[in-house]
Amino acid sequence: MKKYNIWLSLDYILKAAVLLSFVFPFIWMISTSLQTFEETIKIPPTIFPSSPQWINFVDAMSSGPFVTYAKNSVIITSSIIIIQFLVMIPAAYAFAKYDFAGKKILFGMVLIAFMMPGQVTFIPIYLMMADWGLIKTLVPQILPFMSNAFGIFLLRQYFMQIPEEIIEAARLDNASEFKIVWKIMTPMAKPALATIALFSFVSHWNDYFWPLVMTDTNEVRPLTLGIAMLKQSEGISNWHIIMAGNVVLVVPILIVYLLCSKHIVKAFVYSGIK
Amino acid sequence: MASIEFVNVTKEFEKKEIIKDLNLRIEDGKFTVLVGPSGCGKTTLLRMIAGIGPQTSGSVLLNGKDISNIAPGKRGVAMVFQNYAIYPTMSVRENIEFGLKNNKVNKIERKKLVESISEAVGLSEYLGRKPSTLSGGQRQRVALARAMVKQPSVFLMDEPLSNLDAKLRAQMRIDLIELHKKLGTTFVYVTHDQVEAMSMADTIVLMNQGLIQQEAPPEEIYHEPNNIFVAQFIGTPPMNIGELGVDGVRFGFRPESVTASTEPVESPFTLQGEVTTREMLGSETLYQIRYKETSFMIKSLIDKFSVNQKIHIGVNSDKLYFFADDGDRIHKDHIHYRDYFEALRGY
Repeated sequence: MKKYNIWLSLDYILKAAVLLSFVFPFIWMISTSLQTFEETIKIPPTIFPSSPQWINFVDAMSSGPFVTYAKNSVIITSSIIIIQFLVMIPAAYAFAKYDFAGKKILFGMVLIAFMMPGQVTFIPIYLMMADWGLIKTLVPQILPFMSNAFGIFLLRQYFMQIPEEIIEAARLDNASEFKIVWKIMTPMAKPALATIALFSFVSHWNDYFWPLVMTDTNEVRPLTLGIAMLKQSEGISNWHIIMAGNVVLVVPILIVYLLCSKHIVKAFVYSGIK
Repeated sequence: MASIEFVNVTKEFEKKEIIKDLNLRIEDGKFTVLVGPSGCGKTTLLRMIAGIGPQTSGSVLLNGKDISNIAPGKRGVAMVFQNYAIYPTMSVRENIEFGLKNNKVNKIERKKLVESISEAVGLSEYLGRKPSTLSGGQRQRVALARAMVKQPSVFLMDEPLSNLDAKLRAQMRIDLIELHKKLGTTFVYVTHDQVEAMSMADTIVLMNQGLIQQEAPPEEIYHEPNNIFVAQFIGTPPMNIGELGVDGVRFGFRPESVTASTEPVESPFTLQGEVTTREMLGSETLYQIRYKETSFMIKSLIDKFSVNQKIHIGVNSDKLYFFADDGDRIHKDHIHYRDYFEALRGY
């Protein structure tokens, strides 16, 4: 009995340690964002600021064209997600439910695209975009992400589980293929779509490398670059201002996650009607 | 109102011929049941009519017109699927309405139709519900309503009752017979259950391995089977078959046509055997009788025989069937019929 208690408490200690190592950076970020400059450089470090400095957020916002950055981030991420859905849903439907020549090869290409890191393709894409004179627009940050290989793959698996009879019933109900895709398949795939949307949102909202390469003016830069530039704007690092910027960057992700989380588990467990 | 005709139809799946050169006419306004063991091609035929599994060659005619190139939704047919195939994300009303919307039926007409149909199948209270909150029987009704609301000229049903429990199934059989009487349209119903076929059909089309074995009303299928396969497929337990020992001919009799007694019986075909099993079913009792190397099933209203008891059984001449070595029926007008009959006396 005693031995059991020791293991149990060890179990809890381990869990707490894992939890803390994940949560602590967040806590520190939020804490720092509310400290004064003196508190951020004090040793030992401050965990609880004496009085929350909400002014840090104002300072961060006014240190550059923050509204433009935020607007760019929103436009880029939402355009990417919308375009991806428009491309991905019909593509996944075709891969899951149609038989056509070259299907295997095309799907193989999707999988290769899925494994190809952006670092491999960024130079040709940059040159192409520059050639087209698009570097001063948001296009280079949106267009290359039109199709989402991971999304096509996940959604195809999901569509494959939807019984053929439902599609046949819709055909007998005189529904066009277009209607079948958007009115029958898409609503049924909501959990998978929520998962894909979340992954896509997080990776593009947080993307630093791609916009860094593809932009040369503040007008088209997203939030990630704007916040990184807070660090460069002064001689010494104003951690409290940078962290305030980071909080602004992270909050939308948390909100989107909370909206999507209940669908995500479902995405991997199809719940059809028998 | 529509008749359906299959003309020299074949169907291949991955180079394997499932249906070979089949000809069949389904009469207008009749309740036709396609029945057979799984894999016999009955669902394949149904899917050809619906247009969701086109034939490899040959043609399917609806009212004399070839429909091979007409889209499923434009054929005027409706189908009820085995697993119902209800759209899970739509409410009951949206499910029923979907076909009407696609056919551009206006809103007022749509509302009227949906309401009258859901009233008829008893779904009025559930129109706003999602299918996942309904019971199996209610989902079945949604699938039925969805087919009925389109007022099709042909109703196709693919084992629609197989997911229901026995009691509900019996009720639905009666409902479907009544529905057919009321609508008077052509019903094509696929099942592997001979009870469903016998109880509902005007015409039974019995299939095996892609071939039509017999096409006849239930009474004829039961009393005058074309061959051993039909004889054994219809009836529970199936017809008893024994080797006659002449020309490879086999004889058969139904378990329920047997007279059984502890005393010797007067019949053209009699034997004395031992009861090996006894199944009391309520109104009747099934006995398995062992005679020499074979055993026969008999169904009797008498439940007093017990296991290991020796009893006499007899079958009247009009209840005896003979089948040639290829399985086809030998009819009374066959030249050797009397010889086989005599041979059976010495069995």
